Amino acid sequence: MTAPSPDPAPPALELRGIDKRFGAVHANRAISFAVVGGSIHGLIGENGAGKSTLMNIIYGFHRADAGEIRVQGRPVEIHSPQQAIAAGIGMVHQHFMLVENFTVLENVVLGVEGGRLLAGGLAHARAELGRLARDYGLEVPLDAVVSDLPVGLQQRVEILKALYRRAEILILDEPTAVLTPQEADQLFRMLARLREQGKSVILVTHKLREIMAVTDHVTVMRQGAVVAEVATRDTSLRGLAEKMVGRAVLLQVEKGPARPGAPLLSVKDLEVRDGLGMARVKGATFDLLAGEIVGLAGVAGNGQSELLETLAGIRAPSRGEIRLQGRDLVREGLDPRARRRLGLAHVPEDRLHVGMVARFPAQANAILGYHDSPAYNGGVLLDRGAILAGCEQKMAAYDVRPPNPQLRLSAFSGGNQQKLVLAREIDADPRVLLIGQPTRGVDIGAIEFIHKKLVALRDAGKALLIVSVELDEILGLADRILVMNGGEIIGELARAEATEERIGLMMAGVKAEGGV
Amino acid sequence: METYTLIVLLLAATIRVATPLLLAAIAGMFSERSGIIDLGLEGKMLGAAFAAASVSAVTGSAWLGLGAGILTAVALALLIGFACITHRGNQVVAGMAVTIMVSGLGPTLGLAWFNLGGQTPQLDGPGQRFTELAWPWAEQARALPFPGLLYAELLGGHNLIVYLAAALVPFSAWVLYRTRFGLRLRAVGENPHAVDTAGISVNALRYQAVAISGVLCGVAGTYLSTAASAGFVRDMTAGKGYLALAALIFGKWRPWPTLGACLLFAFTDALATRLQGVALPIVGVIPVQFILALPYVLTVLLLAGFVGKAVAPKAIGVPYAKEK
Repeated sequence: MTAPSPDPAPPALELRGIDKRFGAVHANRAISFAVVGGSIHGLIGENGAGKSTLMNIIYGFHRADAGEIRVQGRPVEIHSPQQAIAAGIGMVHQHFMLVENFTVLENVVLGVEGGRLLAGGLAHARAELGRLARDYGLEVPLDAVVSDLPVGLQQRVEILKALYRRAEILILDEPTAVLTPQEADQLFRMLARLREQGKSVILVTHKLREIMAVTDHVTVMRQGAVVAEVATRDTSLRGLAEKMVGRAVLLQVEKGPARPGAPLLSVKDLEVRDGLGMARVKGATFDLLAGEIVGLAGVAGNGQSELLETLAGIRAPSRGEIRLQGRDLVREGLDPRARRRLGLAHVPEDRLHVGMVARFPAQANAILGYHDSPAYNGGVLLDRGAILAGCEQKMAAYDVRPPNPQLRLSAFSGGNQQKLVLAREIDADPRVLLIGQPTRGVDIGAIEFIHKKLVALRDAGKALLIVSVELDEILGLADRILVMNGGEIIGELARAEATEERIGLMMAGVKAEGGV
Repeated sequence: METYTLIVLLLAATIRVATPLLLAAIAGMFSERSGIIDLGLEGKMLGAAFAAASVSAVTGSAWLGLGAGILTAVALALLIGFACITHRGNQVVAGMAVTIMVSGLGPTLGLAWFNLGGQTPQLDGPGQRFTELAWPWAEQARALPFPGLLYAELLGGHNLIVYLAAALVPFSAWVLYRTRFGLRLRAVGENPHAVDTAGISVNALRYQAVAISGVLCGVAGTYLSTAASAGFVRDMTAGKGYLALAALIFGKWRPWPTLGACLLFAFTDALATRLQGVALPIVGVIPVQFILALPYVLTVLLLAGFVGKAVAPKAIGVPYAKEK
């Protein structure tokens, strides 16, 4: 009996020479890689490295200029999501593609209703989803309306949608951005279960630790090209970071111990209600001390943003006091400008909508909020020379690239925009600096720079409050951590006693056992 | 018995007034549920009214008139679709533009074709209008106030389009909540990205929705010029398209509540007509202008205070682009 040479199983998904340009931007340069069947494959890269474009090509949103996609060894044409689904590819987008006022069941069948009338398709889906729930541990209340579900369950609905369409290859785009660490662990267990069942998973992320924790292989992209493809066990956090950025980077913020001084900002029993009268911040009480960084952790939407905006003066509280320099900002009704004069600066979470004007040139953005300062004003008109010089000086000090004050802000990358906002607020020499999402949408290289600046500011005796959804960032920067859940400050931890797990539990609403 | 007769006649009038409102409101429901604001209701109805009356006057067939009315309204709907869906134009502007265009174009064409000052000829030939269907023994039943009068005036005594409109409510509810098309239609007005990623064409769905809106506006316009009256008169829709839109919002974009809103608006309208010149106790004769304004005042009050949380389809008014 002649034994045929064992034919190695073809990869579940293989890309060959995928190339894509958008006008002058070369988003994907001859990208080739293969995803082994029954494995979890990580895809990492900085913002703008071309990951999203590549995934959109695989899912049929964009068409590649050149190259080939093979599924199970067969070349396939994918020009629409429909064709991607038919080829067995499912995608879980970062922003969920769910109809919020539909039930879970309706969301799952949308697009694969199985006939002109709904009744039959819904019954079939109910049975099939029951089976999937048993096989993969994916329990979801089928008749619940999606908007009533927590984010983790919504994500599960997205995964079920893909599985219901018989996806063999599942692409998850930044799946943990909206999850608590515990929910993320649950997700990873789920992915491992899928792998056991022979499905292939592509995990697109910029969180290196997730890559190290769950993937089998990892592909690194930089500037539109694949720069490395390795087995995860053969690499390290540091190695991946260097490949991603193209140079050695500091992953850990270097800082000495904090020397906290007198309280600069005192918040007492602050309550904030939204337009519908719902309390979004419930009785927040805390102090910010000179020379410390306080991190405000929490899953997005638990009141951190409202608290930050209230401190900055953008939102009015319904109760409570905010004391700065012995003055009660609430009772006096001081607006953001008055607060700024008292030394309270604010880097808003959503820099493009709140912090800057995208269509203004960099130099105009560099004075927003401080445009009435004598430094920028002549007798009647703005002193254009001073504005230009000020912006040039800020750009040099904060390494904003390109250093062109005339360029409109939208032409800068997210990291450079953020550096410019920080430069503007820090140069005003505030006593207290409020910072929302200091490094959202910012590349690793720029993150390192920004973190250094913030630590230097702390060491200069300022008080900093940082709101971030990136737990790593809070753990790296903060000297003291406040955790918010459902509008309450549910716990406070000194950096030394804070672990990801403890914070994660608090983020999920479990109060600390001992208290502080 | 006098009051009783009055009430029955008032209700019968309500049904007749409600018919075009309901047709237009349901038309708007299909369009708006798909995410396209339908400010062109007025224009599409007016265009259909003109086309139906013109064709009926020339051919002598109300049915051909209906066909022409539907074709015209669908063409206008597709024009709005082309601007808003294919070219992602501003939906409010497109709808208003069509309305303004039609309100000028109708009378202009009418003047050129019929030379009657912008009107169409009186439709008085046989078969030129949709007339009341005679129900069996209606005349005999009339002699018996209850339930005979109800049978003759309320249940019977309407033209075909009235019954069509009545049947439309359960039918559209069924389409919206029980069919694949309905599911997709509701989805595309809420989150077109979800629909797109599910492998369904957003644009095709929205074109279908505006086309349906066109068909129903066509029927509504035809009703105005060939059933409710006998010919086209300049601006004969008189704001009914906007009133229908108000009813749709008041009805929270759902078929049955929208029917309720249409009936309410129609009732105030019918009541206003009845009240003209009638001396009421204490206040005496109310000026005609005030009475005519009543339905609109009511609309404003209702929309301002009683709608509660009218949650519009989330993606309404937002042109769909793949990139976010």
